[in-house]
Amino acid sequence: MNTAALADLCYRMADDELVLAHRHSEWTGLGPILEEDIAFSSIAQDKLGHAQALYAIMHELCGEPEPDTAAFMRNAEQMRCSHFVELPIGEYDFSLVRHFLFDVAEYVRWTALTQSSVEPLAKLARKIHGELKYHLYHAQTWMVQLGAKGNEESHARMQSALREAWPYALGMFEPGNHEQALIDEGIYIGEAATQERWLAMVAELLAPSTLDVPSTTDAQLGGRKGYHTDHLQPMLDEMTEVYRLDPSAEW
Amino acid sequence: MTKDDVIAALLLVRDPEIPTISVYDMGIITNVDVLSDDDVHVTMTPTFVGCPAIDVMRSDVEAAVRALGMTHVTVDVNFDEPWTTNRLTEAGRAALLKHGLAPPEQFDTLTLKLDVLNNVACPYCGSRDTDLKSPFGPTLCRSLHYCNACLQAFEGFKPV
Repeated sequence: MNTAALADLCYRMADDELVLAHRHSEWTGLGPILEEDIAFSSIAQDKLGHAQALYAIMHELCGEPEPDTAAFMRNAEQMRCSHFVELPIGEYDFSLVRHFLFDVAEYVRWTALTQSSVEPLAKLARKIHGELKYHLYHAQTWMVQLGAKGNEESHARMQSALREAWPYALGMFEPGNHEQALIDEGIYIGEAATQERWLAMVAELLAPSTLDVPSTTDAQLGGRKGYHTDHLQPMLDEMTEVYRLDPSAEW
Repeated sequence: MTKDDVIAALLLVRDPEIPTISVYDMGIITNVDVLSDDDVHVTMTPTFVGCPAIDVMRSDVEAAVRALGMTHVTVDVNFDEPWTTNRLTEAGRAALLKHGLAPPEQFDTLTLKLDVLNNVACPYCGSRDTDLKSPFGPTLCRSLHYCNACLQAFEGFKPV
């Protein structure tokens, strides 16, 4: 097995899940209504679990550090997350749109991974697959609610958030350094195929919302190579502040 | 020591988030291997990958088996046999209901449509005239509902 390629894939996915989990958790206590507060907190917790499981696979199969070390002891330039997940939570319209666009991609990824040649990854994928339908259901409900069933303002705000998010969302599909190896060894389908499936699913799920799929193809790239927005390091500083006080502490 | 003795002990280990149900009835124990009179191997799997209670449950399971007098006890957590709500036992479903949680129905994991959550039977009056209010509740495995018949908000244990 190509452990370098596997680690590259897992870091990209796990870092996305970890950073977005932290961003979502910033709504805890601040959600616009109680149910949404709980929803974002729950989705954050699920994503954190997915990240931890991926770090654990890398630790066991690729000799990477323990999950807590991998999650909490790296600086921005060592992270492989996309710019999309780094952005601040913004207004609720942006957070909902990001939740929708990211979770469709997450669903496409984990669905493809159920067929991975790396058995522990395929088993994890089969488990996670069941959880994701709740995320998608939540995300799509709000896209339709605020797009088709809301008012002029809600529609305009969601459309504007979609336009703002789009180039960043495309940045999720920036390939890593081992793309061909991942495809050749049956570990993963690759980013081009992922983006194609994502686009089809986004269009299908957005149709009842009456919101338009943006047409721009410019993507915000760099995250998968360790180049990040200025938002990431301050977020990591806050997220890891307690852990770094005493990394050897038993919790 | 037999497998039944170990299962009897696991029937007394409670889920820390829903104390009316045992870890065994929850269906998260995926294998019990009694290798010898003093050597037991237990495998378990979390309800959701990010379940924060799994570490507590793992050590509770280990302690319960050790209390039988076993010294070699290993408890592994893995996803070899993923948990679904179809793994809940009948006693487990009754225990959820006792806690005021609508138990999930049996379903085909591949074709589940979440529309089914819009007419979950109310745990208080049994009516199916209910609405899903949110697919997310106080723990990862629960959802929020409202009964139009008895005007009562309630939680469901969501099918996965």
